[in-house]
Order: sequence, then C-alpha cells, then structure tokens
Amino acid sequence: MSVTPPAGAASLKPARSARQSPARRRADRFGDVALFLVCAAAAVLAALVIVLIAKEVFEGAQPAISKFGLSFVTHSEWAPPLDHFGGKGVILGTLITSAMALLIGAPVAISIGIFLALLAPSSVRNVISPLVEMLAAIPSVILGFWGLLILGPVLVDTIEPFLHDTFGFIPLFGAPQTTGNSVFNAGLILTIMVIPIIASVSRDLFMAVPRELQDGAAALGSTRWEVIRGVVLPTTLSGMTAACLLGLGRALGEAIAVAQVIGGSTESHLSLFKPGGTMASLIALQFNSAVSKLHTASLYYLAALLLVIGIASNLLASWVGQRFGGAGVATR
Amino acid sequence: MKHSRRNGAEELDPTQPLVATGNLGRRHLVSRTVQSLAVAAAVAAVAVLVIVIWAVVSHGAKAINWTFITSGYPQGVGPYLVGTAEIVAIATLMATPVGVLIALFLSEYAGRRWTRPVQLVLDVMNGLPSIIIAVFVFILLVAGKGQSGMKAAVALAIIEVPLIARGTQEVLNLVPSHQREAADALGVARWRSILSIILPAAAGGIVTATLLSVARAAGETAPVLLIDSLAKGDKVVLNPFEEIPNVPVRIFQLSEEASPEGFTEAWGLSLILIVIILALGLGSRALLNRSKRKMSR
Repeated sequence: MSVTPPAGAASLKPARSARQSPARRRADRFGDVALFLVCAAAAVLAALVIVLIAKEVFEGAQPAISKFGLSFVTHSEWAPPLDHFGGKGVILGTLITSAMALLIGAPVAISIGIFLALLAPSSVRNVISPLVEMLAAIPSVILGFWGLLILGPVLVDTIEPFLHDTFGFIPLFGAPQTTGNSVFNAGLILTIMVIPIIASVSRDLFMAVPRELQDGAAALGSTRWEVIRGVVLPTTLSGMTAACLLGLGRALGEAIAVAQVIGGSTESHLSLFKPGGTMASLIALQFNSAVSKLHTASLYYLAALLLVIGIASNLLASWVGQRFGGAGVATR
Repeated sequence: MKHSRRNGAEELDPTQPLVATGNLGRRHLVSRTVQSLAVAAAVAAVAVLVIVIWAVVSHGAKAINWTFITSGYPQGVGPYLVGTAEIVAIATLMATPVGVLIALFLSEYAGRRWTRPVQLVLDVMNGLPSIIIAVFVFILLVAGKGQSGMKAAVALAIIEVPLIARGTQEVLNLVPSHQREAADALGVARWRSILSIILPAAAGGIVTATLLSVARAAGETAPVLLIDSLAKGDKVVLNPFEEIPNVPVRIFQLSEEASPEGFTEAWGLSLILIVIILALGLGSRALLNRSKRKMSR
C-alpha cells in the first residue's frame, strides 16, 4: 500500500460528495474542460508567438528584400548614408566566428563531458559540473566587457603576434592590429559561451550510455580510451551532433558580447585579427541609430536571415536527435 | 603465441584472437594521454571561469560602496538595480503561469500525438537568439510608439517561458504515477488531482525553474538594449510604462563609451549582477536537489 500524502487525503472528500451532488459533478466536468483549455491555450500561444515573430520580422524586412533580393547576401558594401546595404561582410564574419567557436569549443566541451561522465569520481564531478554550468550563467554583456578590457590587450600583445609569425602564410592570420577588438577576440568569447552548453549536454549523453556495453568492451581487454572510442562515442554520435548544433545556434545568434569585442566593422575580409562584424552584433550596434527606413529594413533583413538559420539549426538538431538517436540506441 | 609485455592475465586465455597484440604499452599510452587531455579540458574551463570572475571581483570591489549602490546617476547605480529588478519581476510574473501551463499540457494532456510538436515549439523558442525576440517586440510594440520597461518585460517573458516550461515539465515527470493513479481510483476529477496533488508535489521544481529563468533574464541585454535603453538613470522609475533604467544596458553603454571612470562603474555593476545571478543559480540548484530527494523518497 502506498502512503497517501496529505494532499491526496484532502481530495478524498470532494470525490465522495461528487457521487451524490450533481452540482459537484457539473463543476468537475467544467473544471476538467477549463483546465485543459487553459493549458492548451498556453501551448498554442507559444506556437503563435513563433509564427508571429517570423511574420513580423519578414514584414519589417520587406523593403530591403524587395530592393536587394538575394544579392544582399553577396554584396559587401554597407553604407547607411548612401542607402547601400549588402550583408556579405557580416555574414562572413558570422560564419568565421561561429566556425571558430565550434572548432575550438566542441572538442574541448566533449572532452569535458568525457571527463565528467566517465573519468571523474562522483565527488569531483559534483564540484566541477556546477562550475561548468556557472560559466554558462555569466551574462553575455559581462563576458563581452571582460573580453574587451582583459582578453583584448592580452591577445594583441602576445597571442596575435605569435600566431601571425608562426602561421602568417595563412590569410586568416593576417597582420595584428593595434586594438584588441577583432574577429579573433569575438571567436574566443563565443568559444567560452558554447563550451558549457555542449559540455553539459554531452555529459548527460555519456552518462546514459549503458554500463554493460562499456564493461563488456573493458572485459574484452579495451583500454579506457578504446571503450570511449569504440562504445561511448559511436552510441552518442547523434546526440553530440545535436549538441553541437545547439552550440552553433547560440554562437550564430549572440549579439551583445560580440558587439562589444568585434570592433563593429562591416568590411568583408578573412583576417581574424582585424575588426569585423556579425549579423547579430550589427543589429545590436546600429539598431538604435538607424539613419533611414531602408537601413532599419536591412537590419530586419539580417534578423530574418538569422531567424531562418536559427530555426533551421534547431529543427536539424531535433531531427538528428530523433532520427539517429534517442531511446533506440540506448536500449540496443 | 604472443606474450603481452605487461598483462600476465592474457596468457591464461586459450582463444587465439583475444591475445593482446603486443602494443599494449602504446595503447595504454594513448589511453592515458587522452584521459589527461580530458582532465586538461575540464581544468581549462574552470580556469576560464575563475579568471573571469576574479577580474570582475577584483575590479568591481573597488567601485562598490554605499553611495555607489544607493545614489543615482552620475555617482551611483541604484536606479539601474531597481529598474532591472522591476523589469525582471514583471517578466517573470507574465512568464511563469504560461510556462507552468505549457508544462502541465505536456505532462498531463498532450499524449503521444501532441508532445512532440509542443516540445519542438519550446525548443525552437529556447533556441531563438534573444536579439531576434528583441527585434520582434520592437516591431510589434515599440516602433512608432516609444520605449518602456513593460515592453522590455514582454521580450524577457518570451525568453523565460521555454525555460520555465522545460524545468517544470522535468519535475512533473518525476511526480510518482501512483499518486495520480490513487487519485483516479478514488474518483477525483482530473483537474482537482492536477491542482491539489500534482502541482503541489512539483512546487519545488517550479520555483527552481523560475529562479533559473530570473537569473537568465536579469543578464539578458539585447532586449533591453533595443526596447528600453533611453532612461538616464538619475532617479528610480517605478512606473513600468515609462523608460526604466537597467543594469545590462548601462554596462553595455559604458563599455562602448571607453572612459576609465565608466569602466570602473561597469565593473561594479558587473560584480553586483554576477553575484545576484550566481546566487540565484546556486540557490535554485540546492532547492532542486532537495525537492528531487523529497520526491524520490
């Protein structure tokens, strides 16, 4: 017999009287319908907000879309006073910073996940896990401010000259500038932001890998790494892909921290050490000072592109998780 | 038969293919290298956290004193703190009921058919960049009509809803099914059992999710930057339909202004904000652990 909690005992009485009083029964029928409708309405409201967001943003972007069409994506000139707007520079900047965040962040984050889920004793895990999640809790405006004042100078003085001297033949590592505000700085800040996201998801994934599979591999003589490579990583591949897509979505859409450290240029270039811009950061920097209707519409156009990419990466993440992962792999 | 150099146990194995291939030393080396890389990655993440927090604490502590906290622009930051508290409170008041109701819909009503689409809506909402939500609310409410704290709160509420819904749903799923079944067996109406048994059992989790979303909303900058950035901060504004001074916008503006006194003020504000956010995070985590323990008992 399960113990009846106080709350359950209290509701025993209305249930009994319900059998007798038709008024109570009517109230119950009404209450059931009402609560269901309210809950369903909340869910519909959420869906409605998303639809409304898409509608409003695309409508706002309409002047720019009809004026520039898809050539907006390939033109690099962004000159508000002349009413010339092309997004190539910031789109390229978005791709470079996000790629950098993911290329550095994903391996580090997955390693952290491996450490937390498979290597660390639970006492260590219980300390480190919250710390990693704390990293995700730092507001982007503070991280950006830190990047501007602390990380920037360090990059300019030591790291950028070193990278330029060593890998200068690659166009990415061009000549260092005098200011720490650069695409490189933004990429590093985004790296710091995506690591905790991917790390905590992959930690949960790795913890869910059945113990017997790992023990089986170990019993066959696999080393720890071989267990991880042969059993843990393959069974969680789809989940990790989804986690990386989530991280990518975060990196693509981060506006504030990037706006603080990237230097706010709209020029199209490949050098990591020059100032640049991303779609989201340009919106944050120019929105309040837009000089013309077309300028605002062009910023909306960027927002619309971001929205499409953001929703696409989310849907892709959920599709990958569903199609190739989920319960099927865990139980097999 | 090949003999492994280190592992004597292998010799007892009669099956040929299972004999170690003789490169066990190298395999152990690889394994150990990878393990230490994983440790290094974790150490690096914690180191970054410590470095960032140390910078905020060491610079911010110099700025903070009684006048700084209580007086307004230009000596202090009081109005910004009050303003952020106000905006976030309004946003949370709007977001919590909606989030909890969506979670109830998912756990009690949705069934197989509707769980996935609603979950997907929440995921997409959660994944939307906050700048997009800010732009949306700007177009809908601000363009041509002017800024206000209330409108910023609407944007923050949109950000909070999926967080609250997901956190609540997680605890609702932990409510033991025998409680539901016991209520059903007694003939208790569904809505009564939801309101008087299931929701109270999940209350701890709902509070946790709400606190976490408050922590997130307090630091969100993009919405307030677009929707509520014009207040000067010389006095406390309590009317939510006016422009309300707030912390994130102030930090952002100071970081763009590039003056040393401004930087000091921004560090001070950052310290206050980060302490509040981390305290909320730690507090909610402790609360969650407690309520989970209570429920699994």
